Amino acid sequence: MRPTALPRLESAGQDGWLIRLFDAIDEANMAWLLALMRDCETALGDSLVDMVPSYTTLLVVFDPERIAPADVRHQLWQVLAALRPDHQQADAPVRELPTWYDPGVGPELDALAEQAGMTRDEVVECHAGTTYQVYALGFAPGFAFMGSVDERLVMPRLSTPRKRVPAGSVGVAGQQTAAYPVASPGGWNLIGRTAAVLFDRRREGFSLLQVGDRVRFVPVTQTRFERSGGDITPVREA
Amino acid sequence: MSDNKPGLRVLRAGPLAMLQDAGRFGVRRLGVTQGGPADLHAWAWANRLAGNGWGAAALEVALGGLTLEVLCDSRIAVCGADLDATLDDAPLPLWRDLSVKRGQLLRFQQPASGLRAYLAVAGGFQAEPVLGSVACVVREGLGGHDGTGRPLAEGDELCVRAAAPRRATGHEAPAGTRPDYCTAPTLSLIPGAQVAEFDGASLYAAFNRPWQVDERADRMGVRLRGPVLRCNLTRMISEGLGLGALQVPTDGQPIALLNDRQTIGGYPRLGALTPLACARLAQCSPGTRLRLKAVSAEAALGDYRRFRRALR
Repeated sequence: MRPTALPRLESAGQDGWLIRLFDAIDEANMAWLLALMRDCETALGDSLVDMVPSYTTLLVVFDPERIAPADVRHQLWQVLAALRPDHQQADAPVRELPTWYDPGVGPELDALAEQAGMTRDEVVECHAGTTYQVYALGFAPGFAFMGSVDERLVMPRLSTPRKRVPAGSVGVAGQQTAAYPVASPGGWNLIGRTAAVLFDRRREGFSLLQVGDRVRFVPVTQTRFERSGGDITPVREA
Repeated sequence: MSDNKPGLRVLRAGPLAMLQDAGRFGVRRLGVTQGGPADLHAWAWANRLAGNGWGAAALEVALGGLTLEVLCDSRIAVCGADLDATLDDAPLPLWRDLSVKRGQLLRFQQPASGLRAYLAVAGGFQAEPVLGSVACVVREGLGGHDGTGRPLAEGDELCVRAAAPRRATGHEAPAGTRPDYCTAPTLSLIPGAQVAEFDGASLYAAFNRPWQVDERADRMGVRLRGPVLRCNLTRMISEGLGLGALQVPTDGQPIALLNDRQTIGGYPRLGALTPLACARLAQCSPGTRLRLKAVSAEAALGDYRRFRRALR
């Protein structure tokens, strides 16, 4: 027998509970997840060690030296019983990522155009014309998984990931889009580059993008990209 | 701070020696990993024997190859792997505190048993916390002795916090607390997550057949080799990963996720190894045989609380 009722609490080890709120990715999930994070913080106070929100779930990690798992479970159920979505984020300003779309820094731009039967400019218009939502951060500090990409731009990850994707690279993979905070290996289809600093340990909140944020990519010229400190070095294929 | 002073200088850097406090917490929602000591047990005992409270930064020395010069008289303790450590060429006793004098040489040579040794110094090592922690995470470029996530290199100096007035040395960890890293361990796993989605034969195999530690093992995770485990789930939405999460990619060979793991992941999981099981696994070299044992969260927590109580 498989439990199906949601929300559900699942054991995540001796010091964690995974709260499963939904079974599918949806923009409407985020208002609930944000409210859940806020209420868990209030309910658990100093016993809370960490929280990891992601698409449909929230992992809650607590300090078992301060509180018993059963007590955490009880508190979480109380939080869930009173949970109301937090729509504040929906009214928050849309964050803008100035992006230089160019085949040199976005080597899959033309493949994407060919697949969609569009011109390069139409691909840019399509990618930049959508307001995305941040569903989760992971892979690297400040790496935000955003959705949903227009279905004409849906393309699977590269079969062989690149050994090095430059910092600021903007890419798509499946229905998701993201920008790489630092140079790292990666398999996303690259279409451009942003000069925005996505993760800064000196910044309040550290990460430019947070779970629940709404984000838009804004096309900029090479000149403006360079003036904002962007690096125009083309992506090197290994 | 004027109370801090240079305590050790690196004369020769090994493959991977780095500062670890208890870990980086409260920022995992930003994609920042936990970090912290791969072997929580040995790290905690080294701190305890050096007279430090829970959470002080200690040096994690993987595989040896490290030579340190003592820059000021201190009380230290080394716990964990036997890396053939010496103090001025005399064998250095593990799992007990001892005095070191300015000018002495500490050497960690190569593993005799286990992989990671922990060196704690009375007062703890001093470094600027990054995102609330000095835990060194190379992949993220965060923490460590200089804040950049860089492991120790030749010429580096480690600062030591002023210690409380010293007690007499000669404290030893009780015999029952020193693991024998040469024996094949049985690791406790709390079933959970997608465990119900694995087929019966796979679940039987997981807990009744031997596993072997693969060569692909680091602070992010340790792969295990053994029977192929099959899960009915083919697609999964990524979700938060706790310490010890045992994920099973499509090849059916599990990966135990350790301190520097990715924060979210989309492979089905059998559950989570306990923190103490992760600590033990972190001392297993490739080829080590081990078994998995299902335990309840309550039983795991009982063991963990006994471990913490013994440190008081």
